Amino acid sequence: MIDQILTASVFAAALRLATPYMFASIGEMFGQRSGVLNLGVDGIMLMGAFFAHYVALSTGSAVLGVGAALVVGAVMGLAMAFISVTLKAEQGISGIGVYLFGLGMSELLFQRLVGTPRSVEGFTDIYIPGLSDIQFLGIGEIFFRHNILVYVAFLLVPISAYVISRTPFGLMIRAVGQNPQAADAMGISVARVRYMTVILGSMLAGLAGASLSVALLKVFQQNLTSGLGFIAVALVYFGRWRPVGILIGALLFSFVNALQLQVSAIGLDIPAEFAVMAPYVITIIALVFASRQTEKPDALTKPFERGE
Amino acid sequence: MPRPHARAWFDRLFDLFPPAISLFAALAVASILLIALNANVTDAYVALITGAFGTENATAETLVKAIPVLFVGIGICVAFRANVINIGGEGQMIAGAVAGVAVALGFGGQMAPFMVVILSLVAGFIAGALYGGLAGFLKAYFNVNEILSTIMLNQVAVQMMNFLLNGPLLDPTEAGTNHIPKTARILAEIQLPRLTIGWTEGMELFARTRLHYGLLIAVLLAVVMYVLLWHTPLGYRIRAVGFNERASRYAGIPVRRQVVLAMFLAGGCAGLAGVVQVLGLQYRLQTDGSPAGFTANAGFNGIVAALFGGLNPFGAIPASIFFGGLLVGAQNMQRDIGVPASLITAVNGIIVVFAVSSQVFVRRRRQRRLQAESPVIAKPEVVEVAPRKVEA
Repeated sequence: MIDQILTASVFAAALRLATPYMFASIGEMFGQRSGVLNLGVDGIMLMGAFFAHYVALSTGSAVLGVGAALVVGAVMGLAMAFISVTLKAEQGISGIGVYLFGLGMSELLFQRLVGTPRSVEGFTDIYIPGLSDIQFLGIGEIFFRHNILVYVAFLLVPISAYVISRTPFGLMIRAVGQNPQAADAMGISVARVRYMTVILGSMLAGLAGASLSVALLKVFQQNLTSGLGFIAVALVYFGRWRPVGILIGALLFSFVNALQLQVSAIGLDIPAEFAVMAPYVITIIALVFASRQTEKPDALTKPFERGE
Repeated sequence: MPRPHARAWFDRLFDLFPPAISLFAALAVASILLIALNANVTDAYVALITGAFGTENATAETLVKAIPVLFVGIGICVAFRANVINIGGEGQMIAGAVAGVAVALGFGGQMAPFMVVILSLVAGFIAGALYGGLAGFLKAYFNVNEILSTIMLNQVAVQMMNFLLNGPLLDPTEAGTNHIPKTARILAEIQLPRLTIGWTEGMELFARTRLHYGLLIAVLLAVVMYVLLWHTPLGYRIRAVGFNERASRYAGIPVRRQVVLAMFLAGGCAGLAGVVQVLGLQYRLQTDGSPAGFTANAGFNGIVAALFGGLNPFGAIPASIFFGGLLVGAQNMQRDIGVPASLITAVNGIIVVFAVSSQVFVRRRRQRRLQAESPVIAKPEVVEVAPRKVEA
């Protein structure tokens, strides 16, 4: 039975399903490293997913769809940054507001502009020449036959790790998140850095939505993400604010998702509820351990007040 | 300097500012959206208002929708006053409903109906309270962000409910069929009675509507929680911790315990929302399996109502009726002029954003005021929390 469940296609699906988690979670990481908790990720994802789908549907171009998702993400990120950085509103609650807005708005637009779920052509799988033919352990099928966004998501891990820990921009982000007073005294504009990280993170959230609606599922429907964005926020804690940690967490969730699909596909009678529940329970346990770590940015959720 | 009482009056007026500004902002944004949707704004609002309050039945439906929102909202007031951001209303509602329906089904017919109802309500409160208290405990003693833990616990609760409704709690007559997950119906004698207003037989207001006694229980709970928050040492401690955690610790208040307690109470209120929904309206626990299948998002809407009501249990009463009206009216708007009801979800989001943003303005104004009144002390928050010794 095990060999029926743990097939190469399940592992391949796990990698594919990890993309939305990774985009959203790595984006969220940038915001959190600079001290802003953006809880509106799920709403931004839904907006990104809708616009990507709608643009892809009306122009026939998935690339334009992704572009639209990035623009919508940036606009919503600007709003979130204005609320949490300039207005200094409590980040947890205002994020729920942004979530509800995105949830309602994406559904409203969908009903008005599209109506019934329609599938788009979206991105097709790219077989990496040579590598995709490797038969050994199914490596070719697992790693090298995916759509472009899957490859981009995995490339994002080393890139974002490099940006955060090795570039002046990354240093600024960490300074602003750890000790905004000191960063301010050094002449870094705390507000500007936080605006940049929140907007960048929201663009990635939009991209995460697009990866669902034009690459993975290729449809849009009401509440397409069903809370995936909230898991992405928790994965940042789970991954201890590091891209590699986030990657591991994302794979944990996506692997369970892939298993579920497989188990129901081959018609096994296992109560699916516990499988669905497991990653959430694991995340809570991980949060208990993560909270003792010192990696958490000191200024997370704290608005910056100068000279007080 | 202006006369003291004139100033107090002005400050009181200013406290009404956040709800008012968020209402106007929400109306403005909703109007823009309606124009963008090519809908007639006046027609839309007329459809919304008549749909919500136009007839006796519409008003009753509005109140029915307001009941779970109010229960959750009252709890949110307690949690947010302790500065604990409880997003777990959904999960706590489910916990309460599952425990309540189990008691109602298990003890129904075996003891006095009144006792079963009371037991069922208590079970719902306690189950919700424990579920909320768990998140409070993790926050207080393990420093786990309560926003994230409650969101995760929401999902766990949904799955737990789906499992129970597909197995142990499944209606026996539905077993083996391609059923909607649901429990058996609770006995008629333990269903909460319909609520009517008036004495003349057959002439009462809300006769032949679905309005039930849950509304009275909710209003009663609002009174209890108001008294608890503002007229007991317990409420004082909870609010002190929310106002300034460090000062509270120096004053000898056991901060961690207040955090757990606030979440316990908040969860209990949400648990009551769940069990009252079963006893008063659905008469069974049923869901379509989706996260909001049972709760209909009341766990989230309760947050909106609490913020809109100024985090005061009494304020939450009109606020949740307002939201009940929005929910019911939106259905009518969708039927009459074809504007999707999801507009209301988006507007709710706008209200939340404006409510928290404008609260910041009020807080800053209040601090400036305190600073002006006591120029010697630089940090005003230390002044407000009286360093009263509270035994541990």
